[in-house]
Amino acid sequence: MLNYITSYLGSPVTPGQAGNQLWALIYVLIIFAGVSVVVMAMNWLERKALAHFQIRLGPMRVGPHGLLQPIADALKLMLKEDIIPSEADQFVFWVAPLIGLLAAFTVYTVIPFGPSQAVSDMNIGILFMLGVSSLGVLGIVTAGWASNSHYPLIGALRSSAQMVSYEVAMGLAVVSAILMTSLNATGTGTLSMIGIVQAQQQQGIWFLFKFFPLGFIAFIIFAIAMVAETNRAPFDLAEAESELTAGFHTEYSGLRWSLFMLAEYAAMIAVSAIAVTLWLGGWMRPFPNLLNAPVWEFIFSLFPALTFAALAGFALIGTVRMPSHSFFKIQRIGLGVFALLLAFIALVLLLIAIVGHNSDNSIAARTREGIDYIYWFMLKVSIFMYLFIWYRATWPRYRFDQLMRVGWKVMLPISLGVLIVTAIVGVVVK
Amino acid sequence: MNPAMNVGAAPVATPWFFYGLAAAAVISGLLVITRRNAVHSALALIITLLSVAGLYLMLYAPFVAGVQIIVYAGGIMVLFLFVIMLVSIERASKERQFNRIWPVGLVASCALLALFLSAFAKGKALLPDRMMQLPESTNTQQIAAMLYGDAGKMGQYTFTFEIASLLLLVAILGAVIMTKKKI
Repeated sequence: MLNYITSYLGSPVTPGQAGNQLWALIYVLIIFAGVSVVVMAMNWLERKALAHFQIRLGPMRVGPHGLLQPIADALKLMLKEDIIPSEADQFVFWVAPLIGLLAAFTVYTVIPFGPSQAVSDMNIGILFMLGVSSLGVLGIVTAGWASNSHYPLIGALRSSAQMVSYEVAMGLAVVSAILMTSLNATGTGTLSMIGIVQAQQQQGIWFLFKFFPLGFIAFIIFAIAMVAETNRAPFDLAEAESELTAGFHTEYSGLRWSLFMLAEYAAMIAVSAIAVTLWLGGWMRPFPNLLNAPVWEFIFSLFPALTFAALAGFALIGTVRMPSHSFFKIQRIGLGVFALLLAFIALVLLLIAIVGHNSDNSIAARTREGIDYIYWFMLKVSIFMYLFIWYRATWPRYRFDQLMRVGWKVMLPISLGVLIVTAIVGVVVK
Repeated sequence: MNPAMNVGAAPVATPWFFYGLAAAAVISGLLVITRRNAVHSALALIITLLSVAGLYLMLYAPFVAGVQIIVYAGGIMVLFLFVIMLVSIERASKERQFNRIWPVGLVASCALLALFLSAFAKGKALLPDRMMQLPESTNTQQIAAMLYGDAGKMGQYTFTFEIASLLLLVAILGAVIMTKKKI
């Protein structure tokens, strides 16, 4: 058994390519659980960050600094009555949140957390991701229609128009990045997510900086379009609370409503992963070919441990600074245990980094490598997740005609131009 | 060879997948024409299109499957729903169907069935007896070579492809001109 697991750690390909269903299933379960936990953490972080942007405190009561608030929220949503309006289309109303959730989670099969740390590597990876994530809008549209109510219907109409408009610019930006993958010796590009990162590795440059500023413009177009695709502020017209109450999910409550939230955040992580894979070098650490001495390798592999150590330090400061009233005793113990847990994880990661660097033990080395890949990928994705919160706190919502004008008259021509110029430059350089 | 890599090396795409996908396509296809509610029909049509995408995957044509999902299920059907949602479903479902074209439809579908049956009965010798094992890993690249040609040569279908794209351009311009009063 142990031998089986350790033998897998040495596998150079994804379980999908190896044809190993058991490991694929384990990966799927890990990703599903991981994404669900990240969504809960994101929920807490968003509320805290938004509160601090507005000089408020945010959730403070449930657990130290409101750390247990997401769990309390989840419990509340599960216990809440699940109301289906009597005039609603029962079946479609019931199935709509599941469509969105399925679309959001299916794309995780091809997200490359590392060269072999993905469920599968498809020949059409990026096409699959764009296609399946575009199915997510069907969940919103059917939810809005099935509610049989005015505000949800208007929200659904807005959402479908918005998605169709921004998908065009998004697709063209993606194509200009895919063109760059073909600039190698064989002249053959790739659509595979792992292949795209490997192309950046071979060319020694992130596509963000390739043909500066062409790659950068394409990236900016994608970064704007992905906010619109996930219905987040400032493009959250489908759920504009000042105009449409809550937009497409006005009539939803309880668990079904929380499924919409889960799907929205999962889709946010998925599109951020696309952006990271296409333009930010995916799982690669910063400067892999400039600072390639073993000592740099070792320094960069300490980052995961240092991150957890820093988190443990923050938790420890919180424990020390907790008011010394007996009312806070349980909270103080809880936060202290949390700090110890984080410190323990940091220690384990440190151990793996040192053992993996020094010994020629291939399993430890590969484990260390895997942790590095996943860490850098997640770090890049989490930057995007923070940007989503920052946008929401900073920018006012677009009006619908402004949204359409930006989509069709600004983003589409720019992305088309970038695509053409990238193609020309690519041919000239070759 | 790594022991972990040997487990379940048999292909996942068994005939059962074909039966499942084909049944889903046929049943949801029937639902498309039998539902009175237009939105239900549209949702059933999406399931049909997705099942057909699954069949393309089984035929080792992942690129076609991806395009099927992105264009039909993700693009065209969203526009369909956009229009259908604006129709008052209750009134539309009570209205009597005013066109009487079902005899023509019956004849057409019977002719199609006869064609399929004759192809199945007589064409057995012409068709290959087993599924072609195409290299799935280069499917996209092969399509690109067919459409655009490789290394300076014109591809097999370059001209047809360009003509088709011209046709689509004309359709787009036509739609814009029809909706705009003055340009």
